[in-house]
Amino acid sequence: MTLTRPGTLSEALAILADRPLPVIAGGTDFYPARQGRPLPGAALDLTGIAGFRGIARDSAGWRIGAATTWTDIARASLPPAFDALHAAAREVGSVQIQNAGTVAGNLCNASPAADGVPPLLVLDAVVECASVAGTRRIALADFLLGPRKTALLPGELVTAVLVPDPPPGARAAFRKLGSRRYLVISIAMAAVLVATDARGRIDLVRIAVGACSPVARRLPALEAALIGQHLGPELAAFDLTDDMLAPLTPIDDVRASARYRRDGAAELVRRALADLAETPDG
Amino acid sequence: MADIAFMLNGRQVSATAPEIARLSQVLRETCGARDVKVGCDAGDCGACTVLVDGEPVCACLTPAGRVAGRQVETQSGLAAHDPVTRRLADAFLAHGAAQCGICTPGMMVAATALLRETPAPDETQVADALGGVLCRCTGYRKIIDAVVAAGRNVIGADTASGAVGTSPRRLDGAPKVEGAERFGDDVAPAGTLELRVIRSPFARAGFTLGDTDAFVAATPGIVAVLSARDVPGQNAFGVIPGFEDQPVFAEAETLFRGDAVAAVVGTPEAMASFDPDRFPVTWQERPPAPTPASAKAEGAALLHANRAGNVMTGGRVFCGDPDAALARADVVVEGEFRSGFVEHAYIEPEAGYAVARDGRVEVHACTQAPVMDQEALAKILGLPMDRVRVVPTAVGGGFGSKLDLSMQPFLALAALKTGRPVRIAYSRSESMASTTKRHPSDIRLRIGATKDGRLSGFDFFGTFNTGAYASWGPTVANRVPVHASGPYRIADYRAVSEGIYTNNPPAGAFRGFGVPQSAIAQEVLFDELADRLGIDPLEFRLLNALGDGVPTVCGQVFAQGVGIGACLAALKTAWDRERADAKAINGAGAVLRRGVGIAAGWYGCGNTSLPNPSTIKAGIRADGRLFLHQGAMDIGQGANTVIAQIFAEALGVPLAQLALVGPDTDVTPDAGKTSASRQTFVSGNAARLSGLALRAEILRHANAGEGAKLTLGDGFIEVADGAGTRRIDLSALPPDGDGYVLRSSETYDPPTRPLDGNGQGEPYAQFGYAAHLVVVEVDTALGLVRPLRFVAAHDVGRAINPLMVEGQVHGGIAQGLGMALMEEYIPGRTENLHDYLIPTIGDVPPIKTIIVEVADGHGPFGAKGLGEHVLIPTAPAILNAIRHATGARIRQVPATPDRVLAAIREART
Repeated sequence: MTLTRPGTLSEALAILADRPLPVIAGGTDFYPARQGRPLPGAALDLTGIAGFRGIARDSAGWRIGAATTWTDIARASLPPAFDALHAAAREVGSVQIQNAGTVAGNLCNASPAADGVPPLLVLDAVVECASVAGTRRIALADFLLGPRKTALLPGELVTAVLVPDPPPGARAAFRKLGSRRYLVISIAMAAVLVATDARGRIDLVRIAVGACSPVARRLPALEAALIGQHLGPELAAFDLTDDMLAPLTPIDDVRASARYRRDGAAELVRRALADLAETPDG
Repeated sequence: MADIAFMLNGRQVSATAPEIARLSQVLRETCGARDVKVGCDAGDCGACTVLVDGEPVCACLTPAGRVAGRQVETQSGLAAHDPVTRRLADAFLAHGAAQCGICTPGMMVAATALLRETPAPDETQVADALGGVLCRCTGYRKIIDAVVAAGRNVIGADTASGAVGTSPRRLDGAPKVEGAERFGDDVAPAGTLELRVIRSPFARAGFTLGDTDAFVAATPGIVAVLSARDVPGQNAFGVIPGFEDQPVFAEAETLFRGDAVAAVVGTPEAMASFDPDRFPVTWQERPPAPTPASAKAEGAALLHANRAGNVMTGGRVFCGDPDAALARADVVVEGEFRSGFVEHAYIEPEAGYAVARDGRVEVHACTQAPVMDQEALAKILGLPMDRVRVVPTAVGGGFGSKLDLSMQPFLALAALKTGRPVRIAYSRSESMASTTKRHPSDIRLRIGATKDGRLSGFDFFGTFNTGAYASWGPTVANRVPVHASGPYRIADYRAVSEGIYTNNPPAGAFRGFGVPQSAIAQEVLFDELADRLGIDPLEFRLLNALGDGVPTVCGQVFAQGVGIGACLAALKTAWDRERADAKAINGAGAVLRRGVGIAAGWYGCGNTSLPNPSTIKAGIRADGRLFLHQGAMDIGQGANTVIAQIFAEALGVPLAQLALVGPDTDVTPDAGKTSASRQTFVSGNAARLSGLALRAEILRHANAGEGAKLTLGDGFIEVADGAGTRRIDLSALPPDGDGYVLRSSETYDPPTRPLDGNGQGEPYAQFGYAAHLVVVEVDTALGLVRPLRFVAAHDVGRAINPLMVEGQVHGGIAQGLGMALMEEYIPGRTENLHDYLIPTIGDVPPIKTIIVEVADGHGPFGAKGLGEHVLIPTAPAILNAIRHATGARIRQVPATPDRVLAAIREART
């Protein structure tokens, strides 16, 4: 049983081009999936690749390396548009999970309940993938295809999550709903990013809901309806119509019923909006 | 394989192991760091938390190869060298923050990381840092207190004398906080052969084993396969005479998902790559009976040929004329209440090892009932009892499920067949799929009362889903009708129970044996009755509470010791204040609403109308050393300390002079099982009698009077009374086979009388009593229920060790809270600790424990049992609080957010 720990991306890609191997980043999904079963004979460890871990700023925006952990996110100093991601980072599993689990791994695992996805959707995040054939960039919404399914091709690795410079003045909030305080898989979660004009009216809003559809979804009709609304505490009672929630297709499972999920998601969205109303700019 | 070089606890090591192996596995098996505990292999429990370069991670999620060149710290190293961890260890002992100790390494390692960064954390910071470690014993509050105290360096000194009524630190505590405790998977030597059980993937299936000899021959490293034909004795076990219906290995048909058909034994290397899907067995899936209704349906297949209608057994208590009383009642309330399977979720999965030597087989494993294990193993193995030795390891939580055999028969059979030691540790999913659960219940109850608030008629019918095998199902069926009244005077009463076999994991013993389920129905309906009558719920309970000289529903009259009135009265101040506060806080239209609920409970200590003796032995050697043979299993609750305190008090020597021996069926006499809240009461009495007998023996040697003072010295005992001081020269006395020159061995069996056909008799020599108050906050838009605080009053007769009383209360409340709000086991679906949720450190609010001491004439120094009482009132108190907050009537637990929200909406219409 071998664990290959390449030090460079080109080394890693060459290995993967040679033969398909399971990859390990944080290990927080890799090992649980194999409880009581034999471990694979070989795997590729991504955490030793130079430049894979950390958050960097460049002219186009922010680059979150594929091996960046949730703790790295939680400790990073980021603009208010990242507040939802920041909050989600502190809600993923536990401190132990946050110290190991990676942002990119959360995307590649493609759980419908991945806490990282809604905050990244409202940041218009892009997934950077590389193989020996080259590098491509895929919008996060296109990268996630379904439960445990992504657009990642054989031989390809996620190298970074890219976040374009958020609109000026944008702020974000995250709400998660679960049956206990820590270590809980979300029943639903919502991320909201807003910016307001000089009179406090919403002039930009992005809303994403997780755990209520095979992949987390933005809610465009709701976003459209909120444009021009005053960002105030009255949004805690904003009426979310069926049309606005149409992208959500929640299911019944051990955590909650479909109806509860849908109603809960709507309530989380309202509360996230109200959170943002309570923490105005400056 | 690779040589992985790293620093382990400050020491350079090189581990030869696969780099992809879990770090937890390599630390334990290659590096000998067995203080790293494995509870789930999935990052769900945090027991394996270690520091890698100072950061806490789950070792089970870390590839071993990744720590090359890095620093790894584990509990044993930290506790030995790090002053922060040493302070934590001291605080954990002082606060009773370690009960069974299985989560303690994870807790202390995570807390060490916190204190290094935040030297004096507050409660929230502690909870955030420890949220990734699950504990099933303590209810977390003592852990929070310990970490906060360690941070502030305000740890009380260990000044308790150890006398009855004081709280000395637990006698077996040091190894738990130093990483030295040895649980079921910690005793086998590295390299021991490993066993894997082949289990049914279907709820009901026929099966055919293929050529297992060929499989062994063709698979390198596989040493043996075991199946039903390898069972030399009786291929059946069970805990209740007449109900031994569970096979070690199924013979023709499996009756639940997880039923065993075979076992594979091989070298550790072979078992690491063994894929159970490759085992030669073919399955014929058959339609199961998943529910009691389907099992009772016309034409349903019988699980056991001798149980018509799939009825395992039933129970009945009847007195007065319930129908007439209900007819004349001014108010009648009724309801149907449901609960699902509840998993014990101890953090230590079943584990142990067996070795055959000198014509005997030894089983070293975690258990709550060593002598019952020994008896059952002897029958399975076809050996006399004295050729089976059971050596219990430390037990990482039990709560009832480790009363039954699990891995022990497989290990014993494998050790005998291969002639080599064999070990196993169940995986988390295997533990959850194959071991016993709390019985799902379906309860119909009607209760009447007259305008003056007096109960008038009680009619209870409960169906209990006992799963595929009987286990402790008969006990549940018997106990429930006796207890379903709650601690109240009900003159006209009918309670009938039935236990139904279904194709599910066996439901067995779980803290309360069915009483927590029946208490939900009774206590919730009591609140509705009180409402209808316009009487305060606490007053209503006080009005109907049992008292001395008042007959129970079994016609049993206790002349003394009935403490329910005192428990309820103890809550009065908090009740009045909290209800008034809630009223003031709840504004019209507020999303968050506060509610205050109350519920009571009782529990008979010991077996129901059956003998259940305990024997405790002690001896003094010629050198003056005193030994207590303590066979009452300490599963974290504190028997090792409490039994010793009672013994020392009766003998009249300081606790510190006593050394514990055992548990080990070769050296400790049978102190019965750790269940039914019987150890403090029954084994405690045996310890008291044994202490008194040894004292009498010493006094006789010294010809001294009753009140003499004993001093144990080096080779002598000094006996001082009014007549002077005499010295017994111990070296002059002849030693027995154990090396004792003075000895005692005494047995206690509580006095009970059989129940007649109407359940009339004297089922228990004593009951313990309890009442809980809870304040909750309900988020009425999301259905979230957040308990804010508990006040718990418990009549323990006499608190032998008040800190341990609090420990039981906290832990019971945490389990009751889980049962009320989040826990439901669904076979095949929630076989892990992320789909099956138990409370985390952030879910248990502050708990105020009020110790009530209404002495019991039978109890040692007046003490009563406590272990199960602690969770009985919790769930109904929470449901009553939810109703008080919102009007929502919850009839099914767990009250998950979606169920609560649905009930709130129903209440509004």
